[in-house]
Amino acid sequence: MEQRPLEQIKKTKILEALENAHTTVSFEDPLGSEMVLNMGPQHPATHGVLRLLIKLDGETVLAAIPELGYLHRGYEKLAEASTFHEFIPHTDRLDYLSPLSNNTAYVLAVEKLAGIEAPRRAQFIRVLISELARISSHLMFLGSLAMDVGALTVWMWSFREREKLYDIFETIAGARFTTSYTRVGGLAQDVTPDVLNTVKLFIDEFPEKLEECAKMLNTNRIFLGRTDGVGVITREQAIDLGYTGAGLRACGVGHDLRRANPYLVYSELDFEIPVYEGGDSLARYYVRMDEMLESAKIVQQVLAKIPAGPVHASAPKKVLPRKDRVYTKMEELIHDFMIVNFGIEPPVGEVYHAVESPKGELGFYLNSNGDGHPWRLKIRSPSFVNLQTLPIMTKGAMISDVVAIIGSLDPVMGEADK
Amino acid sequence: MTPENQQVLDLLRAMHADAIVAEAEFRDELTVEVKPERIVEVCRFLRDDPRTVFDLLADCCGIDMYTPTKRFGVIYNLYSLKRRHRIRLKTFVEEESPTIASVTGVWGTANWHERETYDMFGIEFTGHPDLRRMYMPEEFEYHPLRKDFPLMGIPGSLELPKK
Repeated sequence: MEQRPLEQIKKTKILEALENAHTTVSFEDPLGSEMVLNMGPQHPATHGVLRLLIKLDGETVLAAIPELGYLHRGYEKLAEASTFHEFIPHTDRLDYLSPLSNNTAYVLAVEKLAGIEAPRRAQFIRVLISELARISSHLMFLGSLAMDVGALTVWMWSFREREKLYDIFETIAGARFTTSYTRVGGLAQDVTPDVLNTVKLFIDEFPEKLEECAKMLNTNRIFLGRTDGVGVITREQAIDLGYTGAGLRACGVGHDLRRANPYLVYSELDFEIPVYEGGDSLARYYVRMDEMLESAKIVQQVLAKIPAGPVHASAPKKVLPRKDRVYTKMEELIHDFMIVNFGIEPPVGEVYHAVESPKGELGFYLNSNGDGHPWRLKIRSPSFVNLQTLPIMTKGAMISDVVAIIGSLDPVMGEADK
Repeated sequence: MTPENQQVLDLLRAMHADAIVAEAEFRDELTVEVKPERIVEVCRFLRDDPRTVFDLLADCCGIDMYTPTKRFGVIYNLYSLKRRHRIRLKTFVEEESPTIASVTGVWGTANWHERETYDMFGIEFTGHPDLRRMYMPEEFEYHPLRKDFPLMGIPGSLELPKK
Protein backbone atom coordinates (compact mmCIF):
# COMPACT_ATOMS: atom_id res chain seq x y z
CA MET A 1 0.00 0.00 0.00
CA GLU A 2 1.30 3.39 -0.94
CA GLN A 3 0.70 6.24 1.39
CA ARG A 4 -1.14 9.07 -0.24
CA PRO A 5 0.47 12.52 0.01
CA LEU A 6 -1.26 14.73 2.54
CA GLU A 7 -2.35 17.35 0.02
CA GLN A 8 -4.25 14.69 -1.96
CA ILE A 9 -6.43 13.66 0.96
CA LYS A 10 -9.84 15.11 0.21
CA LYS A 11 -10.69 17.84 2.63
CA THR A 12 -14.16 17.04 3.81
CA LYS A 13 -16.27 19.63 5.53
CA ILE A 14 -15.66 18.08 8.90
CA LEU A 15 -11.90 18.27 8.38
CA GLU A 16 -12.20 21.89 7.29
CA ALA A 17 -14.19 22.62 10.39
CA LEU A 18 -11.54 20.92 12.46
CA GLU A 19 -8.80 23.00 10.89
CA ASN A 20 -10.72 26.21 11.35
CA ALA A 21 -11.15 25.45 15.04
CA HIS A 22 -7.52 26.50 15.70
CA THR A 23 -6.51 23.28 17.35
CA THR A 24 -3.08 21.72 17.28
CA VAL A 25 -4.24 18.66 15.32
CA SER A 26 -1.73 17.69 12.65
CA PHE A 27 -2.06 15.09 9.93
CA GLU A 28 1.41 13.78 10.50
CA ASP A 29 1.70 10.43 12.16
CA PRO A 30 3.66 10.90 15.38
CA LEU A 31 4.38 7.17 15.75
CA GLY A 32 6.22 6.78 12.46
CA SER A 33 4.76 5.08 9.46
CA GLU A 34 4.52 1.44 10.63
CA MET A 35 3.62 -0.36 13.79
CA VAL A 36 3.14 -3.97 14.81
CA LEU A 37 -0.02 -4.96 16.62
CA ASN A 38 -0.53 -8.21 18.46
CA MET A 39 -4.14 -9.41 18.33
CA GLY A 40 -5.05 -12.38 20.44
CA PRO A 41 -4.82 -15.16 21.44
CA GLN A 42 -7.22 -13.92 24.12
CA HIS A 43 -9.24 -11.44 22.13
CA PRO A 44 -13.04 -11.32 22.07
CA ALA A 45 -13.21 -10.89 18.32
CA THR A 46 -10.82 -13.58 17.07
CA HIS A 47 -13.27 -16.49 17.51
CA GLY A 48 -11.25 -18.61 19.86
CA VAL A 49 -7.57 -18.58 20.60
CA LEU A 50 -6.34 -17.30 17.25
CA ARG A 51 -3.35 -14.98 17.44
CA LEU A 52 -2.55 -12.52 14.70
CA LEU A 53 0.54 -10.38 14.35
CA ILE A 54 -0.39 -7.42 12.19
CA LYS A 55 1.90 -4.86 10.63
CA LEU A 56 0.01 -1.62 10.27
CA ASP A 57 0.47 1.61 8.42
CA GLY A 58 -1.92 3.89 10.20
CA GLU A 59 -5.14 1.89 10.05
CA THR A 60 -4.17 -0.11 6.98
CA VAL A 61 -2.96 -3.69 7.30
CA LEU A 62 0.32 -4.24 5.50
CA ALA A 63 0.73 -7.87 6.51
CA ALA A 64 -0.87 -10.31 8.94
CA ILE A 65 0.65 -13.52 10.25
CA PRO A 66 -1.66 -16.03 11.98
CA GLU A 67 -0.15 -17.99 14.83
CA LEU A 68 -1.78 -21.29 15.80
CA GLY A 69 -1.32 -23.90 18.47
CA TYR A 70 -2.94 -22.31 21.52
CA LEU A 71 -5.58 -25.05 21.58
CA HIS A 72 -3.35 -27.89 20.40
CA ARG A 73 -4.26 -31.00 22.36
CA GLY A 74 -2.43 -33.58 20.29
CA TYR A 75 -5.46 -35.55 19.12
CA GLU A 76 -3.44 -37.31 16.44
CA LYS A 77 -1.08 -38.64 19.11
CA LEU A 78 -3.99 -39.62 21.36
CA ALA A 79 -5.62 -41.48 18.47
CA GLU A 80 -2.60 -43.75 18.13
CA ALA A 81 -3.13 -44.88 21.72
CA SER A 82 -6.90 -45.36 21.56
CA THR A 83 -9.10 -47.79 19.68
CA PHE A 84 -11.15 -46.63 16.73
CA HIS A 85 -14.23 -46.36 18.93
CA GLU A 86 -12.44 -44.50 21.70
CA PHE A 87 -11.59 -41.68 19.34
CA ILE A 88 -15.22 -40.79 18.56
CA PRO A 89 -15.65 -38.45 21.59
CA HIS A 90 -12.50 -36.58 20.58
CA THR A 91 -14.09 -35.71 17.25
CA ASP A 92 -16.75 -33.68 19.13
CA ARG A 93 -14.01 -31.37 20.29
CA LEU A 94 -12.61 -30.65 16.85
CA ASP A 95 -15.18 -28.35 15.28
CA TYR A 96 -17.20 -27.90 18.43
CA LEU A 97 -19.88 -25.96 16.56
CA SER A 98 -20.88 -28.99 14.50
CA PRO A 99 -19.89 -32.10 16.50
CA LEU A 100 -22.48 -34.32 14.79
CA SER A 101 -20.92 -33.62 11.42
CA ASN A 102 -17.46 -34.57 12.73
CA ASN A 103 -18.80 -37.77 14.29
CA THR A 104 -20.25 -38.74 10.94
CA ALA A 105 -17.07 -37.86 9.03
CA TYR A 106 -14.88 -39.94 11.33
CA VAL A 107 -16.99 -43.10 11.36
CA LEU A 108 -17.35 -42.93 7.57
CA ALA A 109 -13.55 -43.05 7.30
CA VAL A 110 -13.33 -45.97 9.74
CA GLU A 111 -16.12 -47.80 7.93
CA LYS A 112 -14.31 -47.36 4.66
CA LEU A 113 -11.18 -48.79 6.22
CA ALA A 114 -13.02 -51.70 7.83
CA GLY A 115 -15.14 -52.35 4.74
CA ILE A 116 -18.56 -52.10 6.35
CA GLU A 117 -21.55 -49.98 5.55
CA ALA A 118 -24.20 -48.61 7.85
CA PRO A 119 -27.82 -49.60 7.10
CA ARG A 120 -29.98 -47.20 5.15
CA ARG A 121 -31.90 -45.83 8.10
CA ALA A 122 -28.63 -44.96 9.83
CA GLN A 123 -27.39 -43.28 6.67
CA PHE A 124 -30.51 -41.12 6.45
CA ILE A 125 -30.17 -40.16 10.10
CA ARG A 126 -26.52 -39.28 9.50
CA VAL A 127 -27.54 -36.99 6.65
CA LEU A 128 -30.19 -35.47 8.90
CA ILE A 129 -27.78 -34.73 11.75
CA SER A 130 -25.07 -33.49 9.37
CA GLU A 131 -27.46 -31.00 7.82
CA LEU A 132 -28.83 -29.87 11.19
CA ALA A 133 -25.21 -29.40 12.29
CA ARG A 134 -24.56 -27.36 9.16
CA ILE A 135 -27.52 -25.11 9.94
CA SER A 136 -26.35 -24.74 13.52
CA SER A 137 -22.78 -23.91 12.48
CA HIS A 138 -23.88 -21.43 9.82
CA LEU A 139 -26.23 -19.76 12.32
CA MET A 140 -23.23 -19.28 14.58
CA PHE A 141 -21.39 -17.77 11.61
CA LEU A 142 -24.31 -15.48 10.87
CA GLY A 143 -24.63 -14.32 14.45
CA SER A 144 -20.95 -13.72 15.01
CA LEU A 145 -20.38 -11.98 11.68
CA ALA A 146 -23.33 -9.71 12.40
CA MET A 147 -22.01 -9.02 15.87
CA ASP A 148 -18.51 -8.32 14.56
CA VAL A 149 -19.93 -5.52 12.43
CA GLY A 150 -22.22 -4.28 15.18
CA ALA A 151 -25.62 -5.83 14.46
CA LEU A 152 -26.50 -7.34 17.80
CA THR A 153 -30.12 -8.19 17.00
CA VAL A 154 -29.22 -10.78 14.38
CA TRP A 155 -26.89 -12.42 16.86
CA MET A 156 -29.77 -12.74 19.32
CA TRP A 157 -32.13 -14.12 16.67
CA SER A 158 -29.66 -16.65 15.28
CA PHE A 159 -28.87 -17.88 18.78
CA ARG A 160 -32.57 -18.29 19.45
CA GLU A 161 -32.73 -20.70 16.49
CA ARG A 162 -29.55 -22.47 17.57
CA GLU A 163 -31.09 -23.00 20.99
CA LYS A 164 -33.94 -24.96 19.39
CA LEU A 165 -31.40 -27.03 17.47
CA TYR A 166 -29.42 -27.81 20.59
CA ASP A 167 -32.60 -28.99 22.28
CA ILE A 168 -33.06 -31.36 19.33
CA PHE A 169 -29.45 -32.56 19.59
CA GLU A 170 -29.98 -33.19 23.27
CA THR A 171 -32.97 -35.43 22.61
CA ILE A 172 -31.16 -37.24 19.78
CA ALA A 173 -27.78 -37.77 21.42
CA GLY A 174 -28.26 -37.01 25.09
CA ALA A 175 -25.88 -34.07 25.05
CA ARG A 176 -25.98 -30.61 23.57
CA PHE A 177 -22.36 -30.12 22.52
CA THR A 178 -20.40 -33.30 23.12
CA THR A 179 -22.73 -35.55 21.20
CA SER A 180 -20.55 -38.59 20.28
CA TYR A 181 -23.63 -39.91 18.54
CA THR A 182 -22.31 -42.09 15.74
CA ARG A 183 -20.74 -45.52 16.08
CA VAL A 184 -18.70 -47.55 13.64
CA GLY A 185 -21.36 -49.27 11.55
CA GLY A 186 -24.28 -47.28 12.86
CA LEU A 187 -25.45 -44.92 15.56
CA ALA A 188 -25.48 -44.86 19.34
CA GLN A 189 -29.26 -45.32 19.25
CA ASP A 190 -32.16 -44.86 16.89
CA VAL A 191 -34.14 -41.62 16.82
CA THR A 192 -37.68 -41.65 18.12
CA PRO A 193 -40.71 -40.46 16.13
CA ASP A 194 -41.01 -37.60 18.65
CA VAL A 195 -37.59 -36.30 17.66
CA LEU A 196 -38.50 -36.39 14.00
CA ASN A 197 -41.68 -34.43 14.80
CA THR A 198 -39.65 -31.80 16.64
CA VAL A 199 -37.25 -31.56 13.72
CA LYS A 200 -40.23 -31.18 11.38
CA LEU A 201 -41.67 -28.35 13.48
CA PHE A 202 -38.30 -26.60 13.55
CA ILE A 203 -37.51 -27.00 9.88
CA ASP A 204 -40.99 -25.90 8.74
CA GLU A 205 -40.65 -22.49 10.33
CA PHE A 206 -36.88 -22.14 9.89
CA PRO A 207 -36.83 -20.51 6.40
CA GLU A 208 -39.16 -17.81 7.68
CA LYS A 209 -36.96 -17.13 10.72
CA LEU A 210 -33.88 -16.99 8.52
CA GLU A 211 -35.64 -14.56 6.22
CA GLU A 212 -36.13 -12.24 9.22
CA CYS A 213 -32.38 -12.27 9.85
CA ALA A 214 -31.66 -11.75 6.15
CA LYS A 215 -33.98 -8.72 6.07
CA MET A 216 -31.94 -7.16 8.86
CA LEU A 217 -28.71 -7.50 6.91
CA ASN A 218 -29.22 -7.71 3.14
CA THR A 219 -30.08 -4.03 2.72
CA ASN A 220 -28.27 -2.81 5.79
CA ARG A 221 -25.84 -0.07 4.73
CA ILE A 222 -23.46 -0.67 7.60
CA PHE A 223 -23.37 -4.41 7.00
CA LEU A 224 -22.86 -4.01 3.26
CA GLY A 225 -20.22 -1.36 3.78
CA ARG A 226 -18.29 -3.63 6.09
CA THR A 227 -18.49 -6.75 3.90
CA ASP A 228 -18.92 -5.74 0.25
CA GLY A 229 -15.54 -5.86 -1.47
CA VAL A 230 -13.78 -6.61 1.83
CA GLY A 231 -11.52 -9.61 2.28
CA VAL A 232 -11.33 -10.48 -1.40
CA ILE A 233 -9.64 -13.65 -2.59
CA THR A 234 -9.51 -14.72 -6.21
CA ARG A 235 -10.48 -18.12 -7.51
CA GLU A 236 -6.87 -19.03 -8.43
CA GLN A 237 -5.52 -17.99 -5.04
CA ALA A 238 -8.28 -19.95 -3.28
CA ILE A 239 -7.54 -23.18 -5.17
CA ASP A 240 -3.80 -22.75 -4.74
CA LEU A 241 -4.24 -22.37 -0.98
CA GLY A 242 -6.57 -25.35 -0.74
CA TYR A 243 -9.52 -23.22 0.37
CA THR A 244 -12.66 -25.37 0.56
CA GLY A 245 -16.23 -24.99 1.70
CA ALA A 246 -18.42 -21.91 1.47
CA GLY A 247 -15.40 -19.66 0.88
CA LEU A 248 -14.43 -21.53 -2.27
CA ARG A 249 -18.01 -21.46 -3.53
CA ALA A 250 -18.00 -17.68 -2.93
CA CYS A 251 -15.12 -17.47 -5.46
CA GLY A 252 -17.21 -19.00 -8.23
CA VAL A 253 -16.06 -22.62 -7.86
CA GLY A 254 -19.06 -24.91 -7.52
CA HIS A 255 -17.21 -27.58 -5.57
CA ASP A 256 -19.15 -29.46 -2.92
CA LEU A 257 -18.16 -32.98 -1.90
CA ARG A 258 -21.81 -33.90 -1.34
CA ARG A 259 -22.26 -33.47 -5.09
CA ALA A 260 -18.73 -34.17 -6.39
CA ASN A 261 -18.10 -37.44 -4.52
CA PRO A 262 -21.46 -38.33 -2.95
CA TYR A 263 -21.31 -40.24 0.32
CA LEU A 264 -24.17 -41.48 2.52
CA VAL A 265 -27.43 -40.99 0.55
CA TYR A 266 -26.73 -37.51 -0.84
CA SER A 267 -26.97 -38.79 -4.42
CA GLU A 268 -30.67 -39.56 -3.85
CA LEU A 269 -31.49 -36.11 -2.51
CA ASP A 270 -32.34 -33.02 -4.48
CA PHE A 271 -30.45 -29.85 -3.53
CA GLU A 272 -28.60 -26.96 -5.12
CA ILE A 273 -25.00 -25.84 -4.62
CA PRO A 274 -25.08 -22.06 -4.13
CA VAL A 275 -22.21 -20.34 -5.96
CA TYR A 276 -21.34 -16.63 -5.88
CA GLU A 277 -18.64 -14.77 -7.74
CA GLY A 278 -17.39 -11.94 -5.54
CA GLY A 279 -14.87 -13.81 -3.39
CA ASP A 280 -15.46 -11.22 -0.65
CA SER A 281 -17.02 -11.38 2.80
CA LEU A 282 -20.45 -10.55 1.39
CA ALA A 283 -20.31 -13.45 -1.08
CA ARG A 284 -19.32 -15.84 1.70
CA TYR A 285 -22.28 -14.57 3.70
CA TYR A 286 -24.69 -15.13 0.80
CA VAL A 287 -23.36 -18.64 0.14
CA ARG A 288 -23.90 -19.67 3.73
CA MET A 289 -27.38 -18.12 3.88
CA ASP A 290 -28.40 -20.04 0.76
CA GLU A 291 -26.79 -23.20 2.08
CA MET A 292 -28.92 -23.10 5.20
CA LEU A 293 -32.06 -23.05 3.04
CA GLU A 294 -30.69 -25.95 0.97
CA SER A 295 -29.94 -27.86 4.16
CA ALA A 296 -33.51 -27.25 5.27
CA LYS A 297 -34.66 -28.69 1.95
CA ILE A 298 -32.49 -31.77 2.49
CA VAL A 299 -33.85 -32.24 5.99
CA GLN A 300 -37.42 -32.10 4.65
CA GLN A 301 -36.60 -34.79 2.09
CA VAL A 302 -34.90 -36.96 4.70
CA LEU A 303 -37.96 -36.70 6.94
CA ALA A 304 -40.16 -37.76 4.05
CA LYS A 305 -37.95 -40.59 2.84
CA ILE A 306 -36.43 -42.04 6.00
CA PRO A 307 -36.95 -45.81 5.90
CA ALA A 308 -37.65 -48.11 8.83
CA GLY A 309 -35.10 -50.70 9.80
CA PRO A 310 -32.06 -51.28 11.94
CA VAL A 311 -29.44 -48.60 12.64
CA HIS A 312 -26.55 -51.01 13.19
CA ALA A 313 -24.74 -52.89 10.48
CA SER A 314 -24.72 -56.66 10.78
CA ALA A 315 -20.98 -57.13 11.35
CA PRO A 316 -20.58 -58.56 14.86
CA LYS A 317 -16.78 -58.27 14.96
CA LYS A 318 -16.79 -54.60 14.00
CA VAL A 319 -19.99 -53.11 15.38
CA LEU A 320 -20.67 -52.72 19.10
CA PRO A 321 -23.64 -54.91 20.11
CA ARG A 322 -26.70 -53.50 21.84
CA LYS A 323 -26.38 -53.37 25.62
CA ASP A 324 -29.43 -55.51 26.39
CA ARG A 325 -28.04 -58.27 24.19
CA VAL A 326 -24.61 -58.02 25.84
CA TYR A 327 -26.26 -58.89 29.14
CA THR A 328 -28.22 -61.85 27.81
CA LYS A 329 -26.28 -63.41 24.90
CA MET A 330 -22.94 -65.18 25.25
CA GLU A 331 -21.65 -64.28 21.74
CA GLU A 332 -22.59 -60.62 22.07
CA LEU A 333 -20.79 -60.46 25.41
CA ILE A 334 -17.63 -61.88 23.80
CA HIS A 335 -17.83 -59.45 20.88
CA ASP A 336 -18.42 -56.52 23.21
CA PHE A 337 -15.40 -57.55 25.28
CA MET A 338 -13.17 -57.94 22.24
CA ILE A 339 -14.25 -54.67 20.57
CA VAL A 340 -13.94 -52.63 23.74
CA ASN A 341 -10.60 -54.09 24.84
CA PHE A 342 -8.80 -54.79 21.60
CA GLY A 343 -10.58 -52.65 19.02
CA ILE A 344 -12.18 -53.59 15.75
CA GLU A 345 -8.94 -54.64 14.00
CA PRO A 346 -9.54 -53.51 10.41
CA PRO A 347 -7.33 -54.93 7.62
CA VAL A 348 -3.89 -53.52 6.85
CA GLY A 349 -4.25 -50.51 4.58
CA GLU A 350 -4.74 -46.79 4.32
CA VAL A 351 -7.74 -44.68 3.43
CA TYR A 352 -8.60 -41.02 3.17
CA HIS A 353 -12.24 -40.10 3.42
CA ALA A 354 -13.52 -36.56 3.26
CA VAL A 355 -16.95 -35.07 3.77
CA GLU A 356 -18.32 -31.59 3.19
CA SER A 357 -18.44 -30.32 6.75
CA PRO A 358 -19.94 -26.86 7.47
CA LYS A 359 -16.42 -25.38 7.31
CA GLY A 360 -15.19 -27.19 4.21
CA GLU A 361 -13.50 -30.47 3.40
CA LEU A 362 -13.11 -32.44 6.61
CA GLY A 363 -11.01 -35.50 5.89
CA PHE A 364 -9.57 -38.30 7.94
CA TYR A 365 -6.51 -40.17 6.75
CA LEU A 366 -6.27 -43.53 8.51
CA ASN A 367 -3.32 -45.87 8.32
CA SER A 368 -3.93 -49.29 9.84
CA ASN A 369 -1.45 -52.06 10.48
CA GLY A 370 -4.23 -54.52 11.35
CA ASP A 371 -4.19 -53.53 15.01
CA GLY A 372 -7.12 -52.25 17.04
CA HIS A 373 -5.58 -48.78 17.11
CA PRO A 374 -4.91 -46.57 14.12
CA TRP A 375 -1.19 -46.54 13.31
CA ARG A 376 -1.60 -42.99 12.08
CA LEU A 377 -4.63 -40.78 12.05
CA LYS A 378 -4.44 -37.45 10.30
CA ILE A 379 -7.22 -34.91 10.55
CA ARG A 380 -7.49 -32.72 7.50
CA SER A 381 -9.31 -29.91 9.20
CA PRO A 382 -10.89 -27.27 6.97
CA SER A 383 -10.40 -24.41 9.46
CA PHE A 384 -6.65 -25.03 9.54
CA VAL A 385 -6.32 -24.86 5.77
CA ASN A 386 -8.82 -22.02 5.37
CA LEU A 387 -6.97 -19.83 7.87
CA GLN A 388 -4.02 -19.85 5.52
CA THR A 389 -5.97 -17.47 3.26
CA LEU A 390 -6.23 -14.84 6.00
CA PRO A 391 -2.97 -12.98 5.09
CA ILE A 392 -4.23 -12.54 1.52
CA MET A 393 -7.71 -11.44 2.57
CA THR A 394 -6.50 -8.91 5.14
CA LYS A 395 -3.75 -7.34 3.07
CA GLY A 396 -4.64 -3.72 2.44
CA ALA A 397 -7.76 -3.90 4.60
CA MET A 398 -8.52 -1.64 7.55
CA ILE A 399 -7.71 -2.85 11.04
CA SER A 400 -11.41 -2.87 11.97
CA ASP A 401 -12.17 -5.06 8.95
CA VAL A 402 -9.77 -7.75 10.14
CA VAL A 403 -12.35 -8.76 12.71
CA ALA A 404 -15.12 -8.92 10.11
CA ILE A 405 -12.89 -10.90 7.75
CA ILE A 406 -12.12 -13.48 10.44
CA GLY A 407 -15.86 -13.66 11.06
CA SER A 408 -16.58 -14.29 7.38
CA LEU A 409 -13.82 -16.92 7.23
CA ASP A 410 -15.58 -18.71 10.10
CA PRO A 411 -12.66 -20.61 11.62
CA VAL A 412 -13.04 -22.83 14.68
CA MET A 413 -9.83 -23.10 16.59
CA GLY A 414 -10.64 -26.47 18.12
CA GLU A 415 -10.42 -27.87 14.64
CA ALA A 416 -7.56 -25.72 13.36
CA ASP A 417 -5.38 -26.64 16.33
CA LYS A 418 -6.49 -30.28 16.68
CA MET B 1 -8.35 -51.23 -10.29
CA THR B 2 -10.86 -48.52 -11.18
CA PRO B 3 -10.49 -46.99 -14.69
CA GLU B 4 -9.62 -43.54 -13.28
CA ASN B 5 -6.85 -44.93 -11.10
CA GLN B 6 -5.56 -47.07 -13.94
CA GLN B 7 -5.43 -44.07 -16.25
CA VAL B 8 -3.41 -41.98 -13.79
CA LEU B 9 -1.09 -44.89 -13.05
CA ASP B 10 -0.52 -45.57 -16.76
CA LEU B 11 0.31 -41.92 -17.33
CA LEU B 12 2.73 -41.90 -14.43
CA ARG B 13 4.35 -45.07 -15.70
CA ALA B 14 4.68 -43.62 -19.17
CA MET B 15 6.14 -40.28 -18.10
CA HIS B 16 7.95 -40.98 -14.82
CA ALA B 17 8.47 -44.73 -14.73
CA ASP B 18 11.85 -44.42 -13.00
CA ALA B 19 10.34 -42.33 -10.18
CA ILE B 20 7.78 -44.96 -9.11
CA VAL B 21 8.83 -47.31 -6.31
CA ALA B 22 5.56 -49.14 -5.71
CA GLU B 23 1.84 -48.78 -6.13
CA ALA B 24 -1.17 -50.19 -4.33
CA GLU B 25 -4.91 -49.93 -4.46
CA PHE B 26 -7.02 -50.31 -1.35
CA ARG B 27 -10.76 -49.51 -1.16
CA ASP B 28 -10.57 -47.97 -4.66
CA GLU B 29 -7.87 -45.52 -3.56
CA LEU B 30 -4.63 -45.48 -5.48
CA THR B 31 -1.39 -44.98 -3.54
CA VAL B 32 1.79 -44.46 -5.51
CA GLU B 33 5.10 -44.51 -3.72
CA VAL B 34 7.66 -42.31 -5.46
CA LYS B 35 11.33 -41.62 -4.93
CA PRO B 36 11.81 -38.65 -2.60
CA GLU B 37 14.18 -36.81 -4.94
CA ARG B 38 11.53 -36.85 -7.70
CA ILE B 39 8.55 -35.67 -5.67
CA VAL B 40 8.38 -32.06 -6.90
CA GLU B 41 8.70 -33.14 -10.51
CA VAL B 42 5.93 -35.77 -10.18
CA CYS B 43 3.65 -33.34 -8.32
CA ARG B 44 4.13 -30.65 -10.92
CA PHE B 45 3.35 -33.14 -13.68
CA LEU B 46 0.19 -34.35 -11.94
CA ARG B 47 -1.00 -30.78 -11.41
CA ASP B 48 -0.27 -29.49 -14.90
CA ASP B 49 -1.07 -32.39 -17.20
CA PRO B 50 -4.55 -31.88 -18.72
CA ARG B 51 -5.33 -35.57 -18.24
CA THR B 52 -4.76 -35.47 -14.48
CA VAL B 53 -5.18 -31.83 -13.25
CA PHE B 54 -4.73 -32.49 -9.56
CA ASP B 55 -5.14 -28.81 -8.77
CA LEU B 56 -5.97 -29.17 -5.08
CA LEU B 57 -3.55 -30.56 -2.53
CA ALA B 58 -6.17 -31.76 -0.07
CA ASP B 59 -3.71 -32.81 2.56
CA CYS B 60 -0.05 -33.45 3.18
CA CYS B 61 1.14 -35.18 6.31
CA GLY B 62 3.96 -37.17 7.78
CA ILE B 63 4.05 -40.73 9.05
CA ASP B 64 6.47 -42.64 11.23
CA MET B 65 6.52 -46.31 10.16
CA TYR B 66 9.04 -47.17 12.91
CA THR B 67 10.65 -50.07 11.05
CA PRO B 68 14.42 -50.56 10.54
CA THR B 69 14.19 -50.06 6.79
CA LYS B 70 11.46 -47.42 6.56
CA ARG B 71 10.98 -44.71 9.09
CA PHE B 72 9.66 -41.30 8.10
CA GLY B 73 7.33 -40.81 5.20
CA VAL B 74 5.43 -37.91 3.70
CA ILE B 75 1.95 -38.48 2.30
CA TYR B 76 0.24 -36.22 -0.24
CA ASN B 77 -3.50 -36.56 -0.80
CA LEU B 78 -4.29 -34.96 -4.14
CA TYR B 79 -7.67 -34.01 -5.50
CA SER B 80 -8.77 -32.88 -8.91
CA LEU B 81 -11.64 -30.39 -8.85
CA LYS B 82 -12.33 -30.98 -12.52
CA ARG B 83 -12.15 -34.79 -12.56
CA ARG B 84 -13.39 -35.24 -8.97
CA HIS B 85 -10.73 -37.83 -8.39
CA ARG B 86 -8.33 -38.51 -5.55
CA ILE B 87 -4.98 -40.21 -5.49
CA ARG B 88 -2.29 -40.43 -2.87
CA LEU B 89 1.46 -40.01 -3.25
CA LYS B 90 3.79 -41.39 -0.68
CA THR B 91 7.49 -41.08 -0.23
CA PHE B 92 9.96 -42.23 2.39
CA VAL B 93 12.96 -40.23 3.51
CA GLU B 94 16.06 -41.41 5.31
CA GLU B 95 15.89 -41.65 9.10
CA GLU B 96 19.04 -39.69 9.92
CA SER B 97 18.34 -36.04 9.10
CA PRO B 98 15.08 -36.57 7.18
CA THR B 99 14.96 -34.04 4.35
CA ILE B 100 12.76 -33.64 1.29
CA ALA B 101 12.10 -30.92 -1.24
CA SER B 102 9.13 -28.68 -0.51
CA VAL B 103 6.13 -28.66 -2.85
CA THR B 104 5.11 -25.13 -1.86
CA GLY B 105 6.08 -24.06 -5.39
CA VAL B 106 3.44 -26.41 -6.79
CA TRP B 107 0.60 -25.83 -4.30
CA GLY B 108 0.67 -22.83 -1.97
CA THR B 109 -1.39 -24.74 0.59
CA ALA B 110 1.58 -27.04 1.24
CA ASN B 111 3.12 -24.21 3.26
CA TRP B 112 1.27 -24.88 6.51
CA HIS B 113 0.98 -28.63 5.96
CA GLU B 114 4.75 -28.89 5.66
CA ARG B 115 5.25 -26.68 8.68
CA GLU B 116 3.00 -29.02 10.63
CA THR B 117 4.89 -32.07 9.36
CA TYR B 118 8.18 -30.44 10.31
CA ASP B 119 6.79 -29.65 13.75
CA MET B 120 5.41 -33.13 14.39
CA PHE B 121 8.04 -35.34 12.72
CA GLY B 122 11.12 -33.17 12.28
CA ILE B 123 11.18 -33.65 8.53
CA GLU B 124 13.01 -30.72 6.93
CA PHE B 125 11.55 -29.29 3.72
CA THR B 126 14.19 -27.67 1.56
CA GLY B 127 13.03 -24.62 -0.36
CA HIS B 128 10.21 -23.92 2.11
CA PRO B 129 9.70 -20.15 2.46
CA ASP B 130 8.92 -20.09 6.19
CA LEU B 131 9.78 -23.37 7.95
CA ARG B 132 8.74 -22.69 11.55
CA ARG B 133 6.90 -24.87 14.03
CA MET B 134 3.16 -24.82 13.46
CA TYR B 135 1.68 -25.79 16.83
CA MET B 136 4.39 -26.41 19.41
CA PRO B 137 6.30 -23.52 21.05
CA GLU B 138 9.45 -22.39 19.29
CA GLU B 139 11.75 -23.52 22.11
CA PHE B 140 10.31 -27.07 22.16
CA GLU B 141 13.04 -29.45 21.03
CA TYR B 142 11.15 -32.70 20.30
CA HIS B 143 8.83 -33.85 17.55
CA PRO B 144 5.73 -35.23 19.28
CA LEU B 145 4.23 -37.49 16.62
CA ARG B 146 7.38 -39.58 16.31
CA LYS B 147 6.71 -43.02 17.70
CA ASP B 148 9.61 -42.76 20.16
CA PHE B 149 8.05 -39.68 21.79
CA PRO B 150 6.06 -40.90 24.81
CA LEU B 151 2.31 -40.30 24.93
CA MET B 152 2.57 -38.65 28.36
CA GLY B 153 5.19 -36.20 27.10
CA ILE B 154 8.69 -35.61 28.43
CA PRO B 155 8.86 -33.99 31.88
CA GLY B 156 10.59 -30.64 31.77
CA SER B 157 10.36 -30.32 27.99
CA LEU B 158 7.99 -27.37 28.35
CA GLU B 159 8.85 -24.79 30.93
CA LEU B 160 6.05 -24.14 33.39
CA PRO B 161 5.39 -20.73 34.96
CA LYS B 162 7.45 -20.08 38.10
CA LYS B 163 5.54 -19.79 41.35
